[in-house]
Amino acid sequence: MSERIITLPLKDEEISSLKSGEKLRLSGILYTARDAAHKRLVDTIKRGEELPVHLKGQVIYYVGPTPAPPGKVIGSAGPTTSSRMDVYTVHLLKAGLKGMIGKGSRSLEVREALKEFKAVYLAAVGGAGALLSQKIVSAKVVAYEDLGPEAIRKLEVQDFPVVVINDIYGSDLYEEGKNRYKKNIKNP
Amino acid sequence: MRKISAVDIARNVAEMCCEANYILNKDITSSLEKSLEAEESQVGREVLKQLLMNAEIAKNEEIPICQDTGFALVFLELGQEAVVVGGDLEEAVNKGVKEGYLHGHLRKSIVEDPLKRVNTDSNTPAVIHYEIVPGDRLKITVAPKGGGSENMSALKMLKPAEGEEGIINFVVETVNNAGSNPCPPLIIGVGIGGNFERSAFLAKKALLRPLAKPHHNLFYGDLEKKILEQVNNLGIGPQGFGGGVTALAVHVEVYSTHIACLPVAVNINCHASRHVERIL
Ligand code: SF4
Repeated sequence: MSERIITLPLKDEEISSLKSGEKLRLSGILYTARDAAHKRLVDTIKRGEELPVHLKGQVIYYVGPTPAPPGKVIGSAGPTTSSRMDVYTVHLLKAGLKGMIGKGSRSLEVREALKEFKAVYLAAVGGAGALLSQKIVSAKVVAYEDLGPEAIRKLEVQDFPVVVINDIYGSDLYEEGKNRYKKNIKNP
Repeated sequence: MRKISAVDIARNVAEMCCEANYILNKDITSSLEKSLEAEESQVGREVLKQLLMNAEIAKNEEIPICQDTGFALVFLELGQEAVVVGGDLEEAVNKGVKEGYLHGHLRKSIVEDPLKRVNTDSNTPAVIHYEIVPGDRLKITVAPKGGGSENMSALKMLKPAEGEEGIINFVVETVNNAGSNPCPPLIIGVGIGGNFERSAFLAKKALLRPLAKPHHNLFYGDLEKKILEQVNNLGIGPQGFGGGVTALAVHVEVYSTHIACLPVAVNINCHASRHVERIL
């Protein structure tokens, strides 16, 4: 399967051309955020205040890396389970977020919102944090430093491997992949 | 009474936390290699390759296999003819965990209170299980376990009449509900019997058994095979991208139970099934 090379930020035409199941290599800027950072971001939006990072057009990576060992920019840095972010996601899509990287399926609400706001959900390989860390060329905490591993970091990545799970047309790789490979199941 | 020093215990635990997080056990890499041959899905094979490469990088660079370096789970089997000197056993274990996580650059993932959720910044306290056994040694097993797969685990009190079929259905249903969340390919621990908490403990302990080593009792070895086959028929595949390798192994552990009960616990683990053993 061929891989598409994508330079971030994502352009609208690019987003419309992405299809679930496609393999991509991303280069450019990603912002990290997990549950605690999402809660703060959404609370800020609800209060009508300005966000500490400009999310318009950006991609968020759901990751809480391990501390960087001496001489490295970051430690192990694989994706965390995305469904914990579902309750916050629509607010961020409204604020202009264009992509998310995590692992595991999203709620119907999020999938509908991806179609509406023309954004995509991508997955990196969970449990490949050491490999993925090598694709990160710089990392800097840019907000909520007190959250430790959950602080928002600005990452610069090079050839970061992901797979498109949900495109803007409503397809879902998890459903399709499973349907393609399931065998005579007695209790589906 | 043989003396075992608390300082030694702490030092060993610290080293074991790092070792467990940096080095994927050989039985797992072999199983991933075998699965690579068996997997029909191309994107599934790609995932398995990435996991094997990941394990190589983690070992060579001494960085964690996965960023979720887990809750530090520690099993202690203390010989009844041994005595711990120079400190408190529980404190020694927690000191070891704290040092290991700090110096090994592992992630601190523990919050002090489940609702207030403030990080303890030391990955302590550990979850410690104690057993008193014959002999004069201390066997320590350090098994850090990530939150993503733990969250997908489940326990059910079946009716005895539901029997073997009820057990198989419950495990398959639990794996199906988990889908892509726990980073398949999985290692599945199943605890059958005992009471409510014993079944959960058995499921956890089942994860410590080396892969490719079936249950010593033929009947339960067969049950493991049957469950594995049905789980792999689900089609979830590596990372849930679709494929035949949803799980690498199913391990069952059993215990006697009450005439009214059939507890079944399913503890889901990802391929990063980390556990290191030492005997002091
Ligand atoms: S489920 Fe396992 S591999 Fe996946 S993020 Fe958690 S610890 Fe890592």
